[in-house]
Amino acid sequence: MSRVPSLDLVERVAAGTVPAIGRLISRAEAASPEARPALARIYARAGRAHVVGLTGVPGSGKSTMVASLTAHLRKAGQKVGIVAIDPSSPYSGGAILGDRIRMADHVLDTGVYIRSMATRGSMGGMARAALDAVDILDVAGFDTIIIETVGVGQDEVEIAKASHTTIVVSAPGLGDEIQAIKAGILEIADIHVVSKCDRSDANRTLTDLKSMLTLGALTTRRQDWQIPVLGISAYKGEGFEALIAKIEAHRRVFFETETGVRRRLAVARFRLEKTAENLLIQRFQAASAERAGPLAERLSLRESDPYTLAATLLEETLGPGASP
Amino acid sequence: MSQPIRVLLAKVGLDGHDRGVKVVARTLRDAGMDVIYSGLHRTPEEVVTAAIQEDVDVLGVSLLSGVQLTVFPKIFKLLGDQGADDLIVIAGGVMPDEDVAAIKEMGVREVLLQDTPPDEIVATLKRLVEERGER
Repeated sequence: MSRVPSLDLVERVAAGTVPAIGRLISRAEAASPEARPALARIYARAGRAHVVGLTGVPGSGKSTMVASLTAHLRKAGQKVGIVAIDPSSPYSGGAILGDRIRMADHVLDTGVYIRSMATRGSMGGMARAALDAVDILDVAGFDTIIIETVGVGQDEVEIAKASHTTIVVSAPGLGDEIQAIKAGILEIADIHVVSKCDRSDANRTLTDLKSMLTLGALTTRRQDWQIPVLGISAYKGEGFEALIAKIEAHRRVFFETETGVRRRLAVARFRLEKTAENLLIQRFQAASAERAGPLAERLSLRESDPYTLAATLLEETLGPGASP
Repeated sequence: MSQPIRVLLAKVGLDGHDRGVKVVARTLRDAGMDVIYSGLHRTPEEVVTAAIQEDVDVLGVSLLSGVQLTVFPKIFKLLGDQGADDLIVIAGGVMPDEDVAAIKEMGVREVLLQDTPPDEIVATLKRLVEERGER
């Protein structure tokens, strides 16, 4: 596997070779220029898989639900790819990626591929890398690809938004209906799931969510799709048939209706902007590292103001006219 | 832009002691690495599959149950079958000196026993990845 050119990995990815898939995802994640022509070929061949984004607050049962959902999709004969995103430490940049633990049942199933990723302080990088990984898994023959993110930051929410079907998971006992509004992730759901419905307080959460959706004008604007609120219990194995039916119904909306055309355009635009944003920030960070020091010194001595010095930094690193 | 070192830390077999491996996970994370933890009671097959899917730089196997001479031959056989020749395998935990020599013979690059200081674990991983070079 060592130092195989990325272009040579494309055919191996298409043949479903696991080490090649793993390596190409790493190179995509590293944004290595060497991998770009290979990723262009991957993009040209992708577009077949159904991409399901899944998000929810920490502890809502996302990973457990992904594991159960995967088991049900496998029974239905689908190959399932999973991109599990966990937060990086803002201090060290390191991350502990623990989602695999709850997916242990699927490790030896060749119809399941699990890849963990860290958020890495974002700046568009995570969105870019995760969506590249999705395309690679798509070309490798996975039918449904689940992106799991922690719904706590803007980018994580946006990743879910960039999927074909977005599922927001809520759990009973994590807060009342006001929390649900505050969380700000209600609006992005195509499907709402309440997990842990073996618990007695789950009905309250189901009712809260349903009434929130009724209150919101957001739901009424959608013509082709009524946002369902579904209860599941991974513990009892209940509710997954209904969930899979809704996912499939939404897939048809995405691929076969006018709403779907608009949504696909929005997804493409998100991806274009995130990729550009990430490339720009990378270029800026690489070029600004040396120049920022002396300017920061002047700022701390109050010789000039932040806006003037920021304009200088932008022009020095990105060229004349870079500052607005 | 240099990527963080990716590490899979694994517990294999019936060994249920994972306090040590969790301390190591935290140490490596604080050194800026991406750490994936397998959870307890994994088989060599599960560990190798996860290491390849995740395309980690380093696979660290923690053992306190004395099964090193059974586990590592299986791991290296499976890695060989998959063509994962550039994966760095290390071991940690408690084991007799003669076993340390034996598993190093099989291909384990370093054995970090229970009294290894955290800084040395970090330094060892960084050195091994640097020696391997780009991949």
